[in-house]
Amino acid sequence: MPWVLGVPATLAVLFLLAPLLGLLVRAPWRDLGNVLAESQVLQALRLSLVCASAATVISLVLGVPLAWVLARARFRGLRLLRALVTLPLVLPPVVGGVALLIAFGRRGIVGQHLDAWFGITLPFTTQGVIVAETFVAMPFLIVTVEGAFRAADRGYEEAAATLGASRMTVFRRVTLPLIRSSLMAGSVLCWARALGEFGATITFAGNFPGRTQTMPIAVYLALEQDPEAAIALSLVLLAVSVAVLVGLRDRWLRAGSAP
Amino acid sequence: MTGTRNASSTALSVIGSLDRGTFHLEVDVRVEPGEVLGVLGPNGAGKTSLLRAIAGLTALTTGSIRLGDLVLDDADTFLPPERRPVGLVFQDYRLFPHLTVLDNVAFAARSHGLRRHPSRTQARTWLDRLDLSALAGRRPDQLSGGQAQRVALARALAADPGLLLLDEPLSALDARTRLDVRTELRHHLGQFAGPVLIVTHDPLEAMVLADRLLVLEEGHPVQHGSPAEVARRPATQYVAKLVGLNLYTGTLEPGRSGVTLDAGGTFTVPAQPAQTGRVLVAVRPSTVAVHTERPEHASPRNVWPGTVSSLELLADRVRAQIDGRPAALVDLTPAAVADLELRPGSEVWLSVKATEVDVYPDAP
Repeated sequence: MPWVLGVPATLAVLFLLAPLLGLLVRAPWRDLGNVLAESQVLQALRLSLVCASAATVISLVLGVPLAWVLARARFRGLRLLRALVTLPLVLPPVVGGVALLIAFGRRGIVGQHLDAWFGITLPFTTQGVIVAETFVAMPFLIVTVEGAFRAADRGYEEAAATLGASRMTVFRRVTLPLIRSSLMAGSVLCWARALGEFGATITFAGNFPGRTQTMPIAVYLALEQDPEAAIALSLVLLAVSVAVLVGLRDRWLRAGSAP
Repeated sequence: MTGTRNASSTALSVIGSLDRGTFHLEVDVRVEPGEVLGVLGPNGAGKTSLLRAIAGLTALTTGSIRLGDLVLDDADTFLPPERRPVGLVFQDYRLFPHLTVLDNVAFAARSHGLRRHPSRTQARTWLDRLDLSALAGRRPDQLSGGQAQRVALARALAADPGLLLLDEPLSALDARTRLDVRTELRHHLGQFAGPVLIVTHDPLEAMVLADRLLVLEEGHPVQHGSPAEVARRPATQYVAKLVGLNLYTGTLEPGRSGVTLDAGGTFTVPAQPAQTGRVLVAVRPSTVAVHTERPEHASPRNVWPGTVSSLELLADRVRAQIDGRPAALVDLTPAAVADLELRPGSEVWLSVKATEVDVYPDAP
């Protein structure tokens, strides 16, 4: 191996792994049980899991049909639409939060009507957390699933049609099962992104323990008052990340060998 | 769906054209119930486009497709594929990889709203009928080519179509399996009540499976007839090559018994006064005799010189390609090749009896 490549590569590995090792070394292993048993921690963890799961379900319900449209429909402005809906992928989450406030805030463009007509208020509520997480995470699902719809063999859909299946039946019984693995990967990716969401959530939903204080926010705040608790909470999120990685290994860890 | 429906006893008619970029397909065919029409042609002739149009996967540009009284496609109507009583067996089978053989065959019934249990019961009947019951629980990737072909046929038949289309049904199989499956397929097609259309580029497949042949070349029908007619009197060089005949174009002048060939030379032919003008002349390679010296005979013969350009061993005979006016393919026994000391470059004389020459009008 040429050293010009080997040395930076080694540095990169050290750089990526050192913080994680630090986390493991400094973890208050003995007190871990006590820290995690605190009601506020459990509350934050439960809220995070519930909100991330809800965001994933919403993303599936809305995002899969959108992915299908992006992959299969033909109309002017399709490329622009694709760029726009995947914008949250690259948008700083805080900006997303501000944008959400402008749209769905109590006096927001959409929010004022939600409030006046239905009495629904999103900002600084648990529902607001879900909205913020969905906004940031759904594009991950859309991008993954759109690629799968695009790559799926249309021949099977034709075969299903000649067997009398309506377009909806084809979608349900042939197209979706064929992209099952991408659907799983996209969901996991979306869920993990929602679970780690910080910027948009704190901007749009704030930081109310039990209502809008999710794990990442709890970690950030704990760091000032109780660093040990912050590390313990971080460990929990690290464990979740590792679990996600294991869940995705077929897709991502083998990506190096197959383009 | 084991009962017969009206559609299964009505004829298919396709009249019209289909344009795809620079490709133009022109057809006018009718297939009677119970009849198997073989559509034969080289790759790119438009065979698959024809099937796709009948199945509703492509729309005709002009014209109409009807199954009995049911209009599948015309200027005002386009029935989508799911509403056409048409079964299509794809060249690559397209068995759903996420379903078992049983659920593949049950797919049509499920799509028509039948519940899982009754649709599976029905699928089992079809698996029984095609001798596939042992494979019911397998996934498509656990099937051999021949098995997959049978499952694809079972799946199409289970939809109780009024019309069956097969796209190169045997081309994905190895030579050995092909023989078995062909015999079996012939049997199943014989039991199907509706019209059947088989697309193939394999003449043997077409001859064995079809009652009637339609030859397509570059989007146009060039010949139409029984397999025997097509094999005996090919209309184009492509067909002649497929069936292994020498085919010459020429002109038969009134009052003369010789055909002036376009490729050079003249053939003496049996007296056929009715046929004058542009004609085709078919000569079987096995009826051409090869001599090392100019033969002297009393019977009316066509004799001309030539040069051996290649020799090819085909199973029990040698096919010689002879350059000359006209050029010819000649079938010889290996012993004859040895006796005559033939090799590429050898100068030879060819002869054909006038009675072995088949002359027929060149249909425009």
